[in-house]
Amino acid sequence: MIRKTFEHEIQQVKDDVLLLGSMVEHAIIGSVEALKKRDIKASEKLIADDREVNKKRFEIENQLMILIATQQPMAHDLRLLASTMEIISELERMGDYAKGIANINIRMGEETLLKPLIDIPRMAQIGADMLHRALTAFVNEDVEAAKSIPVEDDEVDALYNQIYRELMLFVIQDPKTIERANWLLWVAHNLERVADRVTNICERTVFIATGEMVEIKNSDEEFWKGQKNS
Amino acid sequence: MPNNQSEYAIETKNLFIFYGAYAAVSEVNIKIEKRKITAIIGPSGCGKSTLLRSFNRMNDFVPSSYVTGEILLHGRNLYDKNVDPVQVRRKIGMVFQKPNPFPKSIYENVSWGAKINGFKGNMDELVEQSLRGAALWDEVKDKLKKSAYELSGGQQQRLCIARTIAIQPDIILMDEPASALDPISTLRIEELMQELKKNYTIIIVTHNMQQAARVSDYTVMMMIDDKRSGGVIEFDDTKKIFTRPKDRRTEDYVTGRFG
Repeated sequence: MIRKTFEHEIQQVKDDVLLLGSMVEHAIIGSVEALKKRDIKASEKLIADDREVNKKRFEIENQLMILIATQQPMAHDLRLLASTMEIISELERMGDYAKGIANINIRMGEETLLKPLIDIPRMAQIGADMLHRALTAFVNEDVEAAKSIPVEDDEVDALYNQIYRELMLFVIQDPKTIERANWLLWVAHNLERVADRVTNICERTVFIATGEMVEIKNSDEEFWKGQKNS
Repeated sequence: MPNNQSEYAIETKNLFIFYGAYAAVSEVNIKIEKRKITAIIGPSGCGKSTLLRSFNRMNDFVPSSYVTGEILLHGRNLYDKNVDPVQVRRKIGMVFQKPNPFPKSIYENVSWGAKINGFKGNMDELVEQSLRGAALWDEVKDKLKKSAYELSGGQQQRLCIARTIAIQPDIILMDEPASALDPISTLRIEELMQELKKNYTIIIVTHNMQQAARVSDYTVMMMIDDKRSGGVIEFDDTKKIFTRPKDRRTEDYVTGRFG
């Protein structure tokens, strides 16, 4: 026996998660792009768009609650719906990081960038790409992919550490650059967190598929290890 | 019944239940923990009620029915030749799907079992204690002499529970005890079960999976095999059965994709 209506509604939720994911992906890439071009208008639009991200998240949350209340999900279905609740919250927070970057661009006002942005867009690209594949793994419940994606977080951490060292050099050479350095450091920090949250999504995907709650990779530990060495 | 040393209320060893040549239930090896609620679930015809009824020898009433293997209560096989089935039913009470009070007063419904079992203590006290135990006392204390038939369905079912606990059994078997009741009465029975498990072991057969998930500590999942014989395919912590069952068939059943 197949529960057609329920299956259909689950598919609808998954489609909406993909939609929310793509909104967040665009926000991440867009926020760095706007910063790179010092395009304040684009950043303002991103901040307005973040409200749409939040709205979509609540919409999905509501759908999930209705499904839990009306369909009494069990076992795999229950894991899927409960984990999706977590995943949409991760996505919303990732959207907030992009909004944070947009805010930095606005607050920088007339100031110029301390240095040309090369590694920061690269971090954004890797983070957005990881997110895209993590959501594909979620929809397909692909355990192998979900376990392998978080490993790429190392690259993001390495880029962060590199940016951190570079910015510190600027500050040491000319302490007056501290504020401009700090802005970029915050941008890099937000992008580093994006990749961490992708790991959380991957862990949920493994849980949905297998019922096992595993910590795939302790990103924070790796991150702080990098900090100590730098 | 002999010693109370066993940590399990009931244990089955290689249990088969036959109706003539047909094995309705095959090869059941389970251990039911004391003072816990164990739910038996599975699709219609998988042998849930047959298994439940074997625990107090109710199947003895069905001609041609017999069991092989063992059902151990405190380490002793219930089907030993020298075990009196009446004594078994005194230790293992049963509550049925439809409330079945006797056509007598509320008081007599509760006192009757104790009376025929030669109870010599204070009967008023026993009746009150049993009705309190079944969360019915406050509703009936002023009309104990009234006919049990004047009670609502939910109250009648609690009266049947009071009647069962009046003979102070070790185990209470419940065969779909709430399926004929409205949602409020159902929740009352479920709440009552949580109270009862402090003193009794409860085994419940239910078609309502949400009920099994809500009330039980352990769940026995049954299914028929290709010879149409019922068996236990998974027996685990209820939390596991409903969140991450091991067997694909359990998964399909609890998620409503089979049965």
